[in-house]
Amino acid sequence: MKRRYVIPGDKIVEGNFRPLMNVIKAGNALIATRIGIAETGRDGVKVIPLSGVYIPRVNDLVIGKIVDHSSLSWEVDINSCFSAHLPAQDVFGRDFSPARDDMTKHFAVGDMITARIMAFDRTRDPMLTVQDRDLGKIARGEALKISATRVPRLIGKRGSMIQTIEQATQTRVLIGQNGIVVVTGRTPEGIKLAVRAIKMVEEEAHTANLTQRIKVLLNVPDTPPQQETSRAPVGGTPKSEEIESTMDEVEEELEVDEK
Amino acid sequence: MTQTRNLIDANGKRTDGRGIDELREVKITVGSVKNADGSAFIEFGKNKILAAVYGPREVHPKHMAQSDRCVLRCRYHMSPFSTDTRKNPAPSRREVEISKVMRESLEPALMLEDYPRAAIDVFVEVLQSDGGSRCAGIAAAAVALADAGINMRDLVAACAAGKVDEKIVLDINDTEDKEGGADMPVAYMPRLEQVTLLQLDGRLSPDQFNECIDKAIRGCKMVYEIQKQALMQKYFGSETELKEEVQ
Repeated sequence: MKRRYVIPGDKIVEGNFRPLMNVIKAGNALIATRIGIAETGRDGVKVIPLSGVYIPRVNDLVIGKIVDHSSLSWEVDINSCFSAHLPAQDVFGRDFSPARDDMTKHFAVGDMITARIMAFDRTRDPMLTVQDRDLGKIARGEALKISATRVPRLIGKRGSMIQTIEQATQTRVLIGQNGIVVVTGRTPEGIKLAVRAIKMVEEEAHTANLTQRIKVLLNVPDTPPQQETSRAPVGGTPKSEEIESTMDEVEEELEVDEK
Repeated sequence: MTQTRNLIDANGKRTDGRGIDELREVKITVGSVKNADGSAFIEFGKNKILAAVYGPREVHPKHMAQSDRCVLRCRYHMSPFSTDTRKNPAPSRREVEISKVMRESLEPALMLEDYPRAAIDVFVEVLQSDGGSRCAGIAAAAVALADAGINMRDLVAACAAGKVDEKIVLDINDTEDKEGGADMPVAYMPRLEQVTLLQLDGRLSPDQFNECIDKAIRGCKMVYEIQKQALMQKYFGSETELKEEVQ
């Protein structure tokens, strides 16, 4: 697989390749439409973007905030230019009746939830679902926003980056693909340090040796292979596991700067 | 307008000491406005211009939204302190026009159909003005749009050319704009080789016109290299050269 840095309008390759993501075909050439890292593989050509706001995609796991509700659905702010809808039927079941069921019992305005994007085709606002393991209301935690393009970097290869942060600061970190992160932990100091580390990852996402510097910030001794084994059985609460594991495909894409 | 003095001296140098094919010094910094989704600061000779891009975001008022494409809104504004006599901050006829041509020169490069029902706002604020601020503004706005991560077919570079002392010169400055014979701002997409803005203020013969547009496009290509450098610098640091690796 070939990788290179591109800006909009750059020619990535010429030939019979399939444009996959952020790539257009002009004649015989494939052109990047975003700033990022272009990858030419057997299945096609794609550009992993390094900037941009969050645009929803079906099956994304997102963290959102309930901003309003009508008699049939909640409106959820998912940090995008489209506000998402969570239908009440999704929570109460098929026999939901606005007269009988009290929607505010489940989610009140201001609540944070984790949800999956059920449907989105850009002609209508995205539809959410919480009908899945570990989705639903987030009880407590510190929420912060990072750029959605930094999410794979924050997770790291097979969750290495986020594990380092979680283990060193005794916290759990929930990451939505829309760039909203919720940190929970036992001590305020730990949460504070984790937030600092996450912000550092966001700011310096494209630089090399970032994991090393994060380890310095968190005072972690430099022994990378040890944590890989401890990951699977211990792991911590399944909630963050769930979200991270579904992001495995995304995270591996951005492991470029890491030698 | 009739010229009152010579703007090119015996050695072929212009009022600011440039040759006829020389660009002013151009410097672009990417990401200077933290709150914006994308931004750029350009110094184009004495021009100092800030461009900030917000979006794609929700459209307000809602009735402006288009169901099949994104709305692009541009605002070109000159600060009251950008000129030597105070400029009234209310949008003038000229600013409304430049906002419009700027929007139209950026639109062909953007893939607006990728973000239906949303809006992209581009703010171009002139902090200090010298001639050619619309070109510098377009160049900065294009970089800011790329920084905002909006899908683009190509960058847009812009540069003016004009006529001074019956000679076609590149990159007209303020004095040459006011006292010279003609001013032609051009915006250009270098990869697609398409012109997205062509204005002409003054008179040119057909030959002069051709020479002028060729020169302006050559200027655009020089500006493009600087835009590219600036973006590469921001995102890939000192490794501005393409890093290729085989896995």
